Amino acid sequence: MTMIFGVPLAVFMGQLMLGLINGAFYALLSLGLAVIFGLLKIVNFAHGAQYMLGAFAALLGLQYLGLNYWVALLVVPLVVGGLGMLIERTLLRRIAHLDHLYGLLLTFGLALIFEGTLINFFGVSGSSYPTPTALEGGLNLGFMFLPTYRAWVLVAALVVCLGTWFIIERTRLGAYLRAGTENSALMQAFGVNVPLLITLTYGFGVALAAFAGVLAAPLYPVSPTMGSSLLIVVFAVVVIGGMGSILGAILTGLSMGLIEGLTKVYYPEAANTVIFLVMILVLLLRPSGLFGKEA
Amino acid sequence: MSATQTLTPAMQRQRNARLRRNTLYLVLIAIALVAPFVAYPVFLMKVLCFALFACAFNLLLGYAGLLSFGHAAFLATGGYFTGIMLASYPGLTPELGILIGTLAAVVLGTFFGVLAIRRQGIYFAMVTLALAQLMFFFFIQAPFTGGEDGLHGVPRGELFGLISLSDNLSMYYFVLAVFVIGFAIIQRTVHSPYGQVLKAIRENEPRAVSLGYNVDAYKLVAFVLSAGLAGLAGSTKTVVFQLASLTDAHWHMSGEVILMTLLGGVGTLFGPLVGAGLVVSLQTQLAQSPLGNWVSVILGLIFVICVLSFRSGIVGEVQKMVRKNFK
Amino acid sequence: MTFNKKTLASSIALAAATLMASGVQAQMSDDEVRIGYLADMSGTYRDLAGPGGLEALMMAVEDFGGEVNGVPIDVFSADDRNSADVGANTVRGWFDEENVDLVAGMVASSVSIAVTKLLEENDGLGIISGSAASSITNEHCTPNHIHWVYDTYPLANGTAKAVVEQGGKTWFMLTADYAFGHALEGDVTKVVEENGGEIVDTIRHPFPTNDFSSYILQAQGSGADIIGLANAGSDTVNAITTASQFGVVQGGQQLAGLLIFLNDVHAMGLEDTQGLLLTTGWYWDMDDQAREWSERYYERTERMPTMVQAGIYSSTMHYLETVAEAGTDDPETIRAAMAERPVEDFFARNGYIREDGRMVHDMYLAQVKSPEESTGEWDLYDIQATIPAEEAYRPLSESQCDLVNN
Repeated sequence: MTMIFGVPLAVFMGQLMLGLINGAFYALLSLGLAVIFGLLKIVNFAHGAQYMLGAFAALLGLQYLGLNYWVALLVVPLVVGGLGMLIERTLLRRIAHLDHLYGLLLTFGLALIFEGTLINFFGVSGSSYPTPTALEGGLNLGFMFLPTYRAWVLVAALVVCLGTWFIIERTRLGAYLRAGTENSALMQAFGVNVPLLITLTYGFGVALAAFAGVLAAPLYPVSPTMGSSLLIVVFAVVVIGGMGSILGAILTGLSMGLIEGLTKVYYPEAANTVIFLVMILVLLLRPSGLFGKEA
Repeated sequence: MSATQTLTPAMQRQRNARLRRNTLYLVLIAIALVAPFVAYPVFLMKVLCFALFACAFNLLLGYAGLLSFGHAAFLATGGYFTGIMLASYPGLTPELGILIGTLAAVVLGTFFGVLAIRRQGIYFAMVTLALAQLMFFFFIQAPFTGGEDGLHGVPRGELFGLISLSDNLSMYYFVLAVFVIGFAIIQRTVHSPYGQVLKAIRENEPRAVSLGYNVDAYKLVAFVLSAGLAGLAGSTKTVVFQLASLTDAHWHMSGEVILMTLLGGVGTLFGPLVGAGLVVSLQTQLAQSPLGNWVSVILGLIFVICVLSFRSGIVGEVQKMVRKNFK
Repeated sequence: MTFNKKTLASSIALAAATLMASGVQAQMSDDEVRIGYLADMSGTYRDLAGPGGLEALMMAVEDFGGEVNGVPIDVFSADDRNSADVGANTVRGWFDEENVDLVAGMVASSVSIAVTKLLEENDGLGIISGSAASSITNEHCTPNHIHWVYDTYPLANGTAKAVVEQGGKTWFMLTADYAFGHALEGDVTKVVEENGGEIVDTIRHPFPTNDFSSYILQAQGSGADIIGLANAGSDTVNAITTASQFGVVQGGQQLAGLLIFLNDVHAMGLEDTQGLLLTTGWYWDMDDQAREWSERYYERTERMPTMVQAGIYSSTMHYLETVAEAGTDDPETIRAAMAERPVEDFFARNGYIREDGRMVHDMYLAQVKSPEESTGEWDLYDIQATIPAEEAYRPLSESQCDLVNN
């Protein structure tokens, strides 16, 4: 049997595969954060809570309205994204002219409110969301048994990530967005409705989080606290990639998934910590992250 | 020779301000001295410990403009080191234990500071957060911290080997003394020429650099001082509660100290004290009321309201009002 | 108000004096029996005890009539937010300002240990129902507290022994990397090896972990018969859900959960958990007595009780009965009198309180039902065997508790 660093090749490949899947997840979540930071310059501390709201909305939709998984995948991001736009219009807009710190603190407060409220109504044990029938079972990849649903998560997350990247980097709307990031006053002068653009961007970032939440619902127990532990990891990913960099968020997300996956094999105790170690190293060597512009 | 005649109006104003401030300090100390006969001393000690923690944090955020998202690491380091020393060497007196814990926090602060101060804004916050997460990992792994069970049975001991601290009242006066010393250090720092330079750096860093100040050195000193005082708060807290636990090292604690400072007023001397007092009483009072399950929701609401409508915090808003009405 | 209290106090003092005169010693501190309930009301362990545990406690007080020997019972509660200093601070306040007579609840082991130190210092009495750590009545034992429902020793022993006896000889341990996980892992290793089994590999995962797929894959690769989960709460739930997705059971391996509660199984659903072996201190559907109480509880909360919630009722009842009988709420007297009374109710069978503070009682080996076998939302366990009280808990001969060696 071929061995890689004392691990059979098949196991090693399997671990890489799982790392990639987790990485796609990180990419999806950090992408939303990066988009929001890029235009609004807000560190969206409510991102974890919005991801959790996505999963919860899918679960409640199934239980009370009979919405199936596929409908939820479409509708939930719209609903939660709409809620995000409402938050932007009513709250974030009021502090847009202030130090970025206030955005961070406001969204941190919102996260506490969302989580605390749901805990009071639904408890913390969480509930399981059934895997959609079309994606039950698994695939035999030769080196591992891969549940079909995880394969789907990988594909769906990558497609959405690349789609977002395409829209932002290659379309007219994306061009407005990027220009708005650079100089919103000038854009306003050119007749672009910048406030609307900002609202839509925040809504879109939140919708991405909610989409990730729906994807996660069949994988992990749906509970009000599911987002908070993920949040700071996703932050670290965005910082390593370079705040506001779209491509940076996607690529860093994927590679952090891989690094974390390998840590789980060779030094599992440090699996939660390794990302922070990478972050410190990267920031010491490249102050604005791997893909960020020098400030 | 008559001194009053040589005073310019500006000097006179300054003198009046100092007089007012000193009167305020005296009144506050008088209140603090009688407080334990009115309120529950253990609660007051908790407020004082967190107030010192928040003041230390505020020194960095309010006067140097650096938002640390990893201050829990210093609180916990101070607490654990003091706890371990006092628990393993029964002969050690509490003030020495606290000194050791504070020194540990200073050493850690120097290390963190060297790594972090070269970054600004969000990046600074994130580096401190990452470093604090590494410390959290260390505390959960290290055999001597008791892991998630925490470190228990730390003796309060006898101050200078003479005064027993097991009585809540004597413990309270000791904590009050520690707080006053910590607060005095901060007050002196802020009003010293050094503090003025810090503020200049906060307002406009490139300008400070071009004026020839070694900005990094100034920031590092502020960071280490803040870390040391946070460690002092953690050490004292461990002696009061006779335990140290992972709660102090968790990143939520770093968030809580931001809330206290923000609520009270960033960049005001008394803001953190007021903020800590409010947050601690909220937590204690609400936790025991029928609203107990809603503590985190209420804290979240306070965050939101604070950011939206009174960003200068309670003390900051009061100062504004005073200025508007009396000038 | 003051006037009323004074009159009440004096009338009770009068009554007490009369009783004293008639030879019965009656003495209730401040003319009230004051019970403080401390638990995680909003965090990870909320559903295990939390508000539902407080409800059970109130139920016990109501069933007892709301008063003991004419003296009212006052119940108050606080959220410890799983923090040792919040918990310790609260209880310190209860001693200094509320004259608390009994501290009940207590879930996170850090909180419980911190509180036991205070109980000893203030000469109080506490009954711990929620915590798992067996150290609470071992190295941390005090004459001032009782550990009521369960601890890791029977959980590890009961499950591991049964699994090895059923042929699960080789084990892969998945351990939460902190003191509690290490202790559980140690207990299981000992039992497995003593019974002729073998631990093939151990992985220590960070606490908490969100994604277990990597560990489950490694466990599958090890070829062990059994994957032992030495973790708790959301970690266990995540590990089991992931194992089900990766077809662990279809692949011929079995899971052994060492610390799983009814609310966990209910949350995961039977699809993912069926066949899982576990040890429990009590199950709502185990007999008529248990069912009858649980149905009353269900009417109040719309959830079936966990063993912890049932234990809170049982221990409170035992306490109140003892107080009524002894005619005092003096902690030392009551602690001694509680140990003299056997514990026999809907919750505990063959129960009694040992000198180390452990309430030993029969434990049960249960298997999670398959969706086909289950007839209702809460019909989750099939009780397979009873582990007699004498065998279930750590024998006193192995105890490190000072109260035992003396």
